[in-house]
Amino acid sequence: MSALDILEGCASELAEAAPPAARDGGRPVLRERGQREVFCGLTGIIWLHRKMQDAFFLVVGSRTCAHLLQSAAGVMIFAEPRFATAIMEERDLAGMVDAQDELDRVVNRLLERRPDIRTLFLVGSCPSEVIKLDLAKAAQRLGAVHMPRVRILNYSGSGIETTFTQGEDACLAALVPVMPALPADAPKELLIVGSLPDIVEDQFLRLFAQMGIERVGVLPARNARDLPSIGSNTRYLLAQPFLGETAMALERRGAKRLDALFPFGAQGTTSWLRAAADEFGVDNALFERVVGPGRERARIALSKLRTQLAGKRISFLPDSQLEVPLARFLQDELGMELVEVGTPYLHRAHLARELERFGPDVRLSEGQHVERQLDRVRADRPDITVCGLGLANPLEAEGLTTKWAIELVFSPIHGFEQAADLAELFARPLRRRDMLEV
Amino acid sequence: MQLAVWTYEGPPHVGAMRVATAMEKLHYVLHAPQGDTYADLLFTMIERRNKRPPVTYTTFEARDLGKDTAQIFQDAAREAVARFDPQAIIVGASCTAELIQDDPAGLAEAMGLPVPAIPLELPSYQRKENWGAAETFYQIVRNLADKSVVREPREGRPARANILGPTALGFRHRDDLVEIRKILDQLGVEVNLVAPLGATPEDIARIGAADFNIVLYPEIADEAARWLERTFAQPAVRTVPIGVGATRSFIADVAELAGADPTPALGDTSSRMPWWSRSVDSTYLTGKRVFIFGDATHAVAAARIAREELGFEVCGLGCYNREFARDIRKAAAECGVEPLITDDHLAVEDAIAAAACELVLGTQMERHIAKRLGLPCAVISAPVHVQDFPARHSPQMGFEGANVIFDTWVHPLVMGLEEHLLTMFREDFEFADEHGPSHLAANSPRPMARPASADEAEPVALVEAPLAEAQAPAATEAPGALAWTAEAERELKKIPFFVRGKARRNTENFAAQEGRGAIDLETLYDAKAHYAR
Repeated sequence: MSALDILEGCASELAEAAPPAARDGGRPVLRERGQREVFCGLTGIIWLHRKMQDAFFLVVGSRTCAHLLQSAAGVMIFAEPRFATAIMEERDLAGMVDAQDELDRVVNRLLERRPDIRTLFLVGSCPSEVIKLDLAKAAQRLGAVHMPRVRILNYSGSGIETTFTQGEDACLAALVPVMPALPADAPKELLIVGSLPDIVEDQFLRLFAQMGIERVGVLPARNARDLPSIGSNTRYLLAQPFLGETAMALERRGAKRLDALFPFGAQGTTSWLRAAADEFGVDNALFERVVGPGRERARIALSKLRTQLAGKRISFLPDSQLEVPLARFLQDELGMELVEVGTPYLHRAHLARELERFGPDVRLSEGQHVERQLDRVRADRPDITVCGLGLANPLEAEGLTTKWAIELVFSPIHGFEQAADLAELFARPLRRRDMLEV
Repeated sequence: MQLAVWTYEGPPHVGAMRVATAMEKLHYVLHAPQGDTYADLLFTMIERRNKRPPVTYTTFEARDLGKDTAQIFQDAAREAVARFDPQAIIVGASCTAELIQDDPAGLAEAMGLPVPAIPLELPSYQRKENWGAAETFYQIVRNLADKSVVREPREGRPARANILGPTALGFRHRDDLVEIRKILDQLGVEVNLVAPLGATPEDIARIGAADFNIVLYPEIADEAARWLERTFAQPAVRTVPIGVGATRSFIADVAELAGADPTPALGDTSSRMPWWSRSVDSTYLTGKRVFIFGDATHAVAAARIAREELGFEVCGLGCYNREFARDIRKAAAECGVEPLITDDHLAVEDAIAAAACELVLGTQMERHIAKRLGLPCAVISAPVHVQDFPARHSPQMGFEGANVIFDTWVHPLVMGLEEHLLTMFREDFEFADEHGPSHLAANSPRPMARPASADEAEPVALVEAPLAEAQAPAATEAPGALAWTAEAERELKKIPFFVRGKARRNTENFAAQEGRGAIDLETLYDAKAHYAR
């Protein structure tokens, strides 16, 4: 009997589980609907606006959207941020003014005040989607006025369509159509997809250069106007597991995905780099020479943390879609026991290799009914629970040690050199729990 | 559409959450899309609450639109009542749900739930957080108050009061309440009810049993108090006891309504602020120019304390909540300044820069503005930040609140004799005014003090250039501005930075009035004599 059967209300949900996909061996997935304790896609702006230094994000939404953006970052980032909200008011909705005219006015004022903006994203929100405010049309109209100085694009970060990291997915997918085209006979190029901290991006670029892979682009580029080119000879590696839409857009432009584990931990990073090396015909001895030192450093650094984490039981509540690859890393390289791995959305194709590594008893869940999920956490009593900021202190007060999921999105965790930092994020709350005597 | 980078207030449903979270055994069923749950972290992270806010979000998605979002609402409401077993629920919509017009009120009513369901109409596209809190509290009181309650005759029993207004996520509400209870205790007044903080719906039912109400936070409680006045003929104490003078008035008001002797409460021996302010070392506070901005109640109180209890000069006064603009206008007129009523923080920043003040009293927003302008600052009002929930007792109200305020406002300033030394020996390389107050490591060194390195790797230096310097180019470029001789300019630089902006402005005004051609040393000192206070 699986853990699912004994939990009331779960077994019936299994019947609806999606048909077994290619390589997950028909693993049952607990699918739930109910209250979701997750951010909406607008939240991605918090890191995207720092990653793309010439871009500005204008949310077309409500006071709630503006309040979310200033609250989600935990503290207010008061260096003038490259994002703002065009707050819709009663007169916009009552048809007393034309919302498109109002948007023109706001955008023109903004671009006047910030001449450094080269790319402007009009970001749709729940209210703008519900009233069907056509931001694509607005982007086109405003683009005609402001190009070539400012490129104007649009995507939706609304909660009715996106959770948390899907906002980045939607943003990058909006960039793909404006990437310059490579000629059909261009030499093969590698594209790294997903925003990474600058230091991690540089590490990966160095490794690819040392392997002799010369043509490497990154999406998003640090300047949104310096987009890499794309064509049928583009091979791309996803650096993040939440980029389903972006991947489809890239495929439509002829690019092909290199299948690999995601670059977390020594094994994940090796697999990810190997996928590119194999595709670009890098000699095995060279690959070993380039990758060996970093992999060894990661292995040694992780071995110290393994003693703290091995055998510890962990549950993930859905948050960033990083849950599956991170769980694999913690299980395979640190010996942790996975109790439940919850994710807001399970991309079966992109995660197929990751899921293969899960043991048979790992409870995999998609979507959320937060109350039932918390009931399971209380019944399971894992050593550590990964969850959002709204849940962490309440669970701690119940005596359950937690790790804030948002830190996993805001810290450099990819690659060999950060593998131990990533493990440390899980070890620290446990160590602190043992240390405190108050 | 309004372009906003930062906002002073959240949407009205966050105000409703502040009321719901403050109460016990009340649950809020909020028709809202995925993502609106972000508001939970305000309570669990900023206020460090150890429980989730009692809110169920229906969490509809795009694919549910046009199908059955109403069913989703009803399922969520039924489940919430079954799981949390509340004595009452409040139901409403967030901004997105308002657009799809599912009518949570009607839906809840039709369900025949076993507990009262109080409908909230909070227009998200017109109103804001404080209004939402006030309306929610009013609806809860109106719906739950037992109108058949008859007050016992006053003879032979202590007077009873309701304390109205403290909520979750309020600026020092937790600690203010302790001080108010202390005062009522000294006056022999019984507390019938504190609400919303800590009250259950059943407690609210007996709100009519009190002899009078104490409106601690008018932004939240005034609406409800007016209804209680009409319904139960309960008078209200509206003096907000922030500051020594206001605390004394408050004690007098409560004592009068309660028929009690105010003497024991007025003689509170822990009230140190009056002597701290009168002691000679505080002389240097005289006439310090302060700029005040916050919610209207805290801003008005701060202006009164600044003028009457610390001897400051109020050089700017404003609030972000338009609903209480009248109070600010009145106080501003008393201070002889133009009231600033706005929720645009850029307008506030401009006003602070123009006011040439020496201290900013504001919200977290003004704290950042002051940091950018290189000005000392103390926080007096919401919106709140994790730092506004200190572990220690730190009230604003009552005599202890006044003690706290004295420390909090005076601490960021350069202290008395130090100020003189800075004036006398401006060119001391180790003790220049650019270093800021010597007891505040965080304030020093000021970026503008670094002549060469400023260009190198310090982009913040540009934005943090202190006020006086930032103003200088504007002053000289302004049309018709008078030229300064090099000698006068050098002399001006010997004046400490915190008064330099004012000195420059005064001198230029004086020179213009006098019709002088250029500003030389003579003009500078003539102006000094002219403005001598």
